[in-house]
Amino acid sequence: MNELIFQERIDSERKIEPKDWMPDDYRKHLIRQISQHAHSEVIGMQPEGNWISRAPSLRAKMILLAKVQDEAGHGLYLYSACETLGISREELVNQLHQEKAKYSSIFNYPTLSWADMGAIGWLVDGAAIVNQVSLQRTSYGPYSRGMIKICKEESFHQRQGYEIMAEMAKGTSEQKEMAQDALNRFWWPSIMMFGPHDADSPRTGNAMKWKIKRQTNDELRQSFIDKTVHQAEIIGLTIPDPELKWNEERGHYDFGEMNWDEFWNVVNGNGPCNKQRLDHHKKAHEEGRWVREAAKSYAQKQLKK
Amino acid sequence: MTDNSTIWEVFIQSKNGLAHKHAGNVHADDKEMALQNARDLYTRRNEGSCIWVVKSEHIVSSESEDGEAFFDPSNDKMYRHPTFYSMPDGSKHI
Repeated sequence: MNELIFQERIDSERKIEPKDWMPDDYRKHLIRQISQHAHSEVIGMQPEGNWISRAPSLRAKMILLAKVQDEAGHGLYLYSACETLGISREELVNQLHQEKAKYSSIFNYPTLSWADMGAIGWLVDGAAIVNQVSLQRTSYGPYSRGMIKICKEESFHQRQGYEIMAEMAKGTSEQKEMAQDALNRFWWPSIMMFGPHDADSPRTGNAMKWKIKRQTNDELRQSFIDKTVHQAEIIGLTIPDPELKWNEERGHYDFGEMNWDEFWNVVNGNGPCNKQRLDHHKKAHEEGRWVREAAKSYAQKQLKK
Repeated sequence: MTDNSTIWEVFIQSKNGLAHKHAGNVHADDKEMALQNARDLYTRRNEGSCIWVVKSEHIVSSESEDGEAFFDPSNDKMYRHPTFYSMPDGSKHI
């Protein structure tokens, strides 16, 4: 009975709020998806943080700092949304450290040159925006509101990345080469960010029925590719896919098959930086422990006064 | 701030003269820290001229829309709305 009322509510586009009845699997699916999203924002600070001290100008450094700070903020919006489902922040962080919760595999690739800051902003944030714009319409109220807030802030991220790529692409031949190399390395992992093909994505069914997801992995991926091809052409870079071709009939670009062995290999912990990313997060969390304890102790002393 | 610190709801006044509006929440151990965290998290782009923080546990909420008929008493009093009344033809400024 509850389940019927719940589905009716979903079907009529009304949002589900924290105190409303919801199926256990809906709650579980949301906790998994939102926490994975939150962890991705937080772990995503590392590959970019890597370049703050080596940014090529003061302007570039200030922008990168602001961007990394935004990612921390986005992580916090999402942890907040996730906590409304009855799981604590502490438990969420534990799940990350115990590798029970995942984060986006894209952040397990190294950032080898300054051009990678361009590629990440343009492609990785670009792909994330396509996903997040769609998720603004997700059925769970707190998640939807978080997405709206994030989308407002995110578009500067993509533009700053694209600006870096455009600048380098019209620079010296070495700079252009660096930009093309970054595109070559980040293209395939970026389009794999949308996850496996719909046919190989067992959870998509429920997520669509409950309107947690509003578009499938393949739809989102296509939308990202269609937007991005022209952007690459304008700045004179080549997307590293010989099969990429406009399909008049479909009204979309056709593209080559992704390397799913690589995808699963990275998801399962064997990417170039998986260990480094997680170790760094654990270390930072441990090293911040005394600050958290001091703050707590200070608050308790204030109460006694 | 330990891992199980208090949660505070954040309300932001976007401009002098307007009402404070709920923005989200933050974790913090005391009120100063709650204000500072709220500032850092919710007003990075000049979104606010004033912030309120209040411990989440102090918020009292009515049931959601599927709950008891909390708002029933206001349903049948259409005469509280100006459109309920018929005005003579040609009357102005009323």
